Amino acid sequence: MTLELVVGAIEAILMVLIGLQLAIFLLYFERKGSALIQDRVGANRAAITGLGRKLGLPNLGIVNTLMADPVKLFTKEDFVPEGADHFLHSLAPFLALFPVLITFVVIPFGDTITIAGHTFELQAANLDAAALYLLATIGIGVYGVALGGWASNNRWALLGGIRASAQMISYEIAMGLAIVSIVMTYGTLNLQQMVRAQGGVWFGFLPRWGVLVQPLAFVLLLTAGVAESKRIPFDLPEGESELILGYMVEYSGGKQAAFMFTDLAEQALVAMMLVTFFLAGWQVPWLYPDGFHLPGGHFIAVAPLAISIMGVIAFLIKVVILCAFLGLVRWTLPRFRYDQLMRLGWKGLVPLGLFNVLVTAFIIVATGGAH
Amino acid sequence: MSPVLFWFLATLSIVAALGVVVQRNPVHCLLALVLTLISIAVLFIGQDAVVVGFLQVIVYAGAIMVLFLFVIWLLNLRVETASTGRLAIKFLGAIGVAALLAELESFAMPARLQVKFSTTHAAGYGSIEALSQALFSQYLIAFEVTSVLLLVAVVGAVALARRSTAVEVQERAEQLARAEKAA
Repeated sequence: MTLELVVGAIEAILMVLIGLQLAIFLLYFERKGSALIQDRVGANRAAITGLGRKLGLPNLGIVNTLMADPVKLFTKEDFVPEGADHFLHSLAPFLALFPVLITFVVIPFGDTITIAGHTFELQAANLDAAALYLLATIGIGVYGVALGGWASNNRWALLGGIRASAQMISYEIAMGLAIVSIVMTYGTLNLQQMVRAQGGVWFGFLPRWGVLVQPLAFVLLLTAGVAESKRIPFDLPEGESELILGYMVEYSGGKQAAFMFTDLAEQALVAMMLVTFFLAGWQVPWLYPDGFHLPGGHFIAVAPLAISIMGVIAFLIKVVILCAFLGLVRWTLPRFRYDQLMRLGWKGLVPLGLFNVLVTAFIIVATGGAH
Repeated sequence: MSPVLFWFLATLSIVAALGVVVQRNPVHCLLALVLTLISIAVLFIGQDAVVVGFLQVIVYAGAIMVLFLFVIWLLNLRVETASTGRLAIKFLGAIGVAALLAELESFAMPARLQVKFSTTHAAGYGSIEALSQALFSQYLIAFEVTSVLLLVAVVGAVALARRSTAVEVQERAEQLARAEKAA
């Protein structure tokens, strides 16, 4: 019992650290990657060590983007505007960041692992109602941005906060509907069981990944997830051209970094949710508990410990690929207008989500039920 | 659930509930209410009613309270600075509170001594399966009637909102017509 608690705590800390690392990766990708993608003058030649060029790559900006930038952020003056609500102004960034970080603990990042005769689930908290937990913590995340905007005593910030909360509440419904159809498909709210159900193959070669069963739900959750993390094309709450920086406008230094990290960590969380629900989490294609069963009848035996580790690596690779994809989306699409955003949410995604739930229900009933 | 956790959450929820009433800034009151709801949700979860606990957070703390926040902003409620009520009213209120506390004391104290923390429920108690079984078999009619009631409320709200705008549009058109005639 005590051992399990200790292992659970270590896994929880590990998951939070992975989430934060991914957020840093995304921050770096957002600054340097976007500049390189758009071939901006300056970013493609500023170099201190010149390591990237020596390796025949574009400039990596290890020192100036990855190290100097955070140092600059955290050494800036912490400024609270006049007439602002001091308590809420300081509390809001943490109210925004905290719910995202505690959500990482329910994501399964591997199968079981056996060390010295003890078998552990590679999931910090194996909740039976994990899908509900996801929705609950994401719902609580609204307060940070809404109160941050209100407490700043600035009209642009208030507008940004109102936009953020309206947007997040609207797209939570589409997200909830997408998750409902997945829950119906697998007949469970437990994320580890969902990932287990995505093991195995169809027709001898096609992995049973959720995206092949619920393609519409994948698109819905992807869109709602990007909107939920307030990224371009859904970054209306920030909208530099209209609201300067929206709810963050009166924040500086560490607190502003906390808000920025919230969005980036949410993006990492969305990637993890998509991987868990649709890309079979830690499942490696054709890998079974005894080894690889490749299509065509080949078999390669693999040690159990290696299989556990390969699962964790597969999960991380999938998450990083999806994170990079979300970053590419950010630097490719233009921003929506506010009415377009609301129309897409309420008249596009919600009816599609309801339709998907209906079709899923019909198929489950027609094929004799999930149980 | 462990007694320590119970007493902590119980105290937290009561203190937060007091904060809702006592504080003068409406946004602070709302945050205190959110804290109350979340601590009660954790109490639910601690007593194996996991689904009810999470639904409380999703629906009340995550959605309804945000709407409350919108209403506070919409009505532009400010910090209450004026003294509330006369001394006589406060005196009467204090007597009422004392009477209530005395009543609680006489009724609840003997019961408090018998509080049991070691509740062991049957396997699957409070799970989503058990809850759905109860909702969709035993309480099916109540469940469906409630959902119809909510639907009626939604349709009614939309109808009221649309009618007022329709009336306004008509009045505006009449005004314009009158202005044109006068010109």
